[in-house]
Amino acid sequence: MRDLARTSLVPLPAKGVEAVGLVSVTKRFPGVVAVDDVSLGIRSGEVHVLLGENGAGKSTIVGMLAGLQLPDEGHLTVNGVPVRLASPVESLAAGINTVFQHVMLVPTLTVFENLVLGDAWWHRPPRALIEARIAELQRDFGLRVPLDAITGDLSLGEQQQIEIARALLRESHVLILDEATSMLTPQGADELGERMRRLAERGLAVVFITHKLSEAYRFGDRISVLKQGRFAGEIGPDALAAMAEKDAVDEMVQLMFGSSDTGLASAARQSRPRGACSLKVSGLSTQGGVEEMALSDISLEVFAGEILGVAGIDGNGQKQMAEAIAGQRPVTAGTVELESRNVTQESVGKRRELGLRYLTDDRLMEGSVGLFAVSENTVLKEIGAPPFWSYGFEKPARIAAHARDLIQRFSVRTPGEATPIGHLSGGNIQKVLLGRELSGAAKVVVFNKPTYGLDMQNIAASRQRIRDIAEGGMAVLLISTDLDELLELADRIAVMDRGRICGVLDNDATQPAEMRTAIGRLMVGEAPAEVDA
Amino acid sequence: MTASDTQTATTPSNGPVEVQREARLARFAVMTLGPIAAAVIASGLILVVFGINPITYYTFVIERGLFSGLGLEQTLTRMAPLLFLAAGLIVAFRAGIWNLGVDGQFLLGAVASAALAPALLGVLPGWIVLLMGFVLAGLVGAVWSVLPALLRAYQGVNEIITTLMMTFLGVSLANVLVKLVFLDPKTTVPQTRTIPVPDRLPRLFDSTISSGLVWAVAAVLLVHVVMTRTAFGLKLRTVGANPHAAAHAGLSVPRLTVAVFAISAAFAGLAGASEILGVNGNVRADWNPAYGLMVIPLVFLARFHGVGSIILIFFYSALLIGSESAARRVGVPQDFTLVLVATLLIFLGLAEWLDHRRRKGGG
Ligand SMILES: Nc1ncnc2c1ncn2[C@@H]1O[C@H](COP(=O)(O)OP(=O)(O)OP(=O)(O)O)[C@@H](O)[C@H]1O
Ligand SMILES: [Mg+2]
Repeated sequence: MRDLARTSLVPLPAKGVEAVGLVSVTKRFPGVVAVDDVSLGIRSGEVHVLLGENGAGKSTIVGMLAGLQLPDEGHLTVNGVPVRLASPVESLAAGINTVFQHVMLVPTLTVFENLVLGDAWWHRPPRALIEARIAELQRDFGLRVPLDAITGDLSLGEQQQIEIARALLRESHVLILDEATSMLTPQGADELGERMRRLAERGLAVVFITHKLSEAYRFGDRISVLKQGRFAGEIGPDALAAMAEKDAVDEMVQLMFGSSDTGLASAARQSRPRGACSLKVSGLSTQGGVEEMALSDISLEVFAGEILGVAGIDGNGQKQMAEAIAGQRPVTAGTVELESRNVTQESVGKRRELGLRYLTDDRLMEGSVGLFAVSENTVLKEIGAPPFWSYGFEKPARIAAHARDLIQRFSVRTPGEATPIGHLSGGNIQKVLLGRELSGAAKVVVFNKPTYGLDMQNIAASRQRIRDIAEGGMAVLLISTDLDELLELADRIAVMDRGRICGVLDNDATQPAEMRTAIGRLMVGEAPAEVDA
Repeated sequence: MTASDTQTATTPSNGPVEVQREARLARFAVMTLGPIAAAVIASGLILVVFGINPITYYTFVIERGLFSGLGLEQTLTRMAPLLFLAAGLIVAFRAGIWNLGVDGQFLLGAVASAALAPALLGVLPGWIVLLMGFVLAGLVGAVWSVLPALLRAYQGVNEIITTLMMTFLGVSLANVLVKLVFLDPKTTVPQTRTIPVPDRLPRLFDSTISSGLVWAVAAVLLVHVVMTRTAFGLKLRTVGANPHAAAHAGLSVPRLTVAVFAISAAFAGLAGASEILGVNGNVRADWNPAYGLMVIPLVFLARFHGVGSIILIFFYSALLIGSESAARRVGVPQDFTLVLVATLLIFLGLAEWLDHRRRKGGG
């Protein structure tokens, strides 16, 4: 990157001055007005939080600031001067650094190569310098940046950290983080928020997009809310500073949804007597890579009607475990049993037939085919099966009806079922994938971060659905980096660290603080007293 | 969020289906007819540089290839192998596999059928001989793709390079077979034994058009329907569009990959058989029409659409036939058609780029 070798800092504009702005910007896509006549000023020295439900237009605004898209009407300004940011290069040159909602690293390159990508081709990347600065970032933020790992081998959460590191490595005037905390643990998010605050104090303008309102309150100076592409209101720095967290959150919810009902059921789930063992994993191990986590000796049982949570920092083997259970990853030892039937040798398709569902956390690379219509994506795991196919021939009307039904039940915001799924907002793609795994008969469902990227109301609705399927007698393995989610839903919580399960705790919803401490202890490798594995 | 909320705000001008259909038609015009027109004009300018009146040339080509009875029959006959190739390419490209080795598969298929048919004629009924010729050609074509297929499916080796290399080998092997193994001892020029005209594929009605055309058109339509309307087609397209998603959805990516190679190469083999059993009757040494290289851009231009490919191949065949006589009469070498195709490719790329920029939007 062009600024890596620079030692002196770019002179930053004075605090409170508008660093970048949108002036009456409108952006349309076929069938949607994604951004509708929005004017925003992003000031130096401020953390400006953008809020809005799924599909409100946040990422579209980011796309325009990052030079990926041009406004149809209106224009952008940099330091008060109208500009046309027609490419990412121009956006970077204007001092705008962006961490996108969906990871945009080259999976086949190493992390180091990804970091220096876009650097001038004529000089050698200054490896020692980058190493030093990465070490600094690692210290300051606890970001994990394994320089020599192949990027594609890392979990999405780890890749997100690399994107954040890349943006922080470059000197910039404006830093944009589009749902950058969605895969971090609460501590990770707090550290990032802390750092954001310090950057803002140094005079940087920070745009921070999140669905977690408490983060918005704690890290933000100014909060702007979008609703269906339109500017719905703002909470200025003075007002925000004067509010207590609860009032601020109420106000945000009011602006976002037009009512103060978050829909978030705070009551923890009531555990029920266990049924039979639906999923039994014994001694499961997989091969690791340079930086890829190997599973070693994973054993767990999930009973019918039970939700087993899996806590842990992202990248500690959760994804590998889910893949090994689903049949996507070869195992070196151990067995997977579905309702006491050994399925270790069965294919992904066969396991699905037997009632195993797996919701991946990688909605773009793995969960969906971006170019295919929403409707095709809803039946992607059932190609050839009736009633959507008969004698191998597609029944487009039935598929469309099924898709419309799913769109309706999961409030997917899309111009129609024929729209390519890649054109939907991140949260809306997630809803489609959730809908796909939740429809039809299943016995065991493995969820990997089921609610990441969803707005509050959709999180509430999705969690309710997860409760419902457990009520209905399915066994649920719920992997999440969000402790609140686990505490709210799980009957028992397993903690994963470096590819192994280091303990299973019974969830005690009446004592969340104790639970957190116990889980935290397990995560850092201390064996607690109350393990009941 | 309620159900009514899911309906997103639509722009007043952008709702109804007709508008979208119109937009699609407009896009088709720009993206398909545009490059064709530009290529014709640009190539015409090249003719001007060499002192030839492009209008004279083009009119001659069109008259000869389309509007003279015999020319039209030749054009339609020439389409058969090109269409079989297109069928194979559509399968591969839609499944995201760059089978660029169709010319080798074509030639080996041709040699196989040319070797088999004369040996069996008189022993078995004619139609069985023809059928067996086609089947063998398809098999040989498929076999020639096994190596790139396995390398791609299980080792992730890029098939562009391996299929091209297999084409070099295949063309040489075909030559060796013609010159050393299947040589007709009765002729002085090295070539395989000639299938007598009455034993070749029947002609259509009273014309000289080979009935291979009918089978070829059927093959392209079949492939189109399979790829767009069936479960198997969707599986292949999923593998092509996102192999990770395919594996996640429970598809066996390696097996489907091998299947794509086999089907694609088999069609290339059939193309070879249709040329030999329908038109040529034998394979001469050093014969290599390299049809594949010409069909690839056309299939691209048609955006892998079956009917679109048939139409484009019709016009391209007319161009081929027309330019063959133009070579004699107007003095423009036949290779000029390659110039035309190459410019077409360039303009195709340009149109694609412009379209991309337009979609990014902005004023
Ligand atoms: N490239 C595109 N083509 C067509 N429509 C698009 C495209 N990008 C975004 N949209 C549409 O624009 C609207 C806004 O999307 P955007 O990604 O900005 O939402 P968001 O606020 O970031 O939502 P989320 O919280 O789910 O990430 C959505 O309705 C989406 O379908
Ligand atoms: Mg977004």
